[in-house]
Amino acid sequence: MGPRLKLFLPLFLFALLALVLFRGLFLDPSEMPSALIDRPLPAFNLPALGGAQQLSRDDVTGQVALLNVWATWCVSCRVEHPYLQQLAEAGIPIYGLNYKDSDEAAQGWLDELGNPYRLTIADREGTLGLDLGVYGAPETYLLDASGVVRYRHVGVVNEDVWRTVLEPMYLELKKGAVAP
Amino acid sequence: MRPVRNLLACVFLVVASQALALIETYDFSSPELEERYQQLSEELRCPKCQNQNIADSNAPIAQDLRKLLHQQLEAGASNEEILDYMVARYGEFVRYRPRFGGTTVFLWLAPILLLLAAIGVLLATLRSRSTKVGDKGTALTEQEQARLQSMLDKTERDS
Repeated sequence: MGPRLKLFLPLFLFALLALVLFRGLFLDPSEMPSALIDRPLPAFNLPALGGAQQLSRDDVTGQVALLNVWATWCVSCRVEHPYLQQLAEAGIPIYGLNYKDSDEAAQGWLDELGNPYRLTIADREGTLGLDLGVYGAPETYLLDASGVVRYRHVGVVNEDVWRTVLEPMYLELKKGAVAP
Repeated sequence: MRPVRNLLACVFLVVASQALALIETYDFSSPELEERYQQLSEELRCPKCQNQNIADSNAPIAQDLRKLLHQQLEAGASNEEILDYMVARYGEFVRYRPRFGGTTVFLWLAPILLLLAAIGVLLATLRSRSTKVGDKGTALTEQEQARLQSMLDKTERDS
């Protein structure tokens, strides 16, 4: 390297650092990949909300579906709820995981706002939530037909998230599930 | 004096109950377990509040993880088993001291690599500096030597 070029070395380093930091401005550090991606949904044995029925892994698997973690104490869940309702009406199978909540409050919420869930698992102690690695509601898991977790979205599912992130994967999985 | 004392007692009671509400306490069957609890809860990162360990955080998830940690320690799990359990659920992210391997190799080796690079730069700089001193470039040519001599002679004569 010529001595002249060497003088520009700090400038190059600065430019590189600036580039990296600039990129960092648009990253969301709270977004963590789930440790469960491409692993089967953990087994569980928990009661269904509002019924005496016990639910297990087999009850929520068998088709490409969404598993939505929600609670009545979670403000963003209320924001998300109308859109889930829309998705359910469009025929997307959604299962609910009522996370660390009281059954009465959860039932009241569904009665008042509508129930987009095919089934709702009542996880009062948060045990399944722990096995899933849930760290804050709402979270939405995309399950394939064999019950393997394919994706996790942390935060509100809205039209933008569904159209750009979840729907393409959902359709892809559905195609794969029908073909073989 | 009595009303003041009552008032003070009330204040202390309120303060004390708040302190209790903030961090729950666990009973351990041995001091060794308690020590491991302290160590692990400082080493595990709270998934929700990312720049705190679970010992410092009061987020619900951190409380749950502390409870779980206590249960597992009392059940006789080893540190390795507990960390594996946490990593299987929350990813390598929960460890403030991630294991060596995979994507964390760079994380572990970066300080050593940077140190080696710095030493390399330092040695190169020192070497180029020391060769410059004895370099021909700094020695005077015959012509310059003669000129210097004449100048010295001249000053000697003038004084």
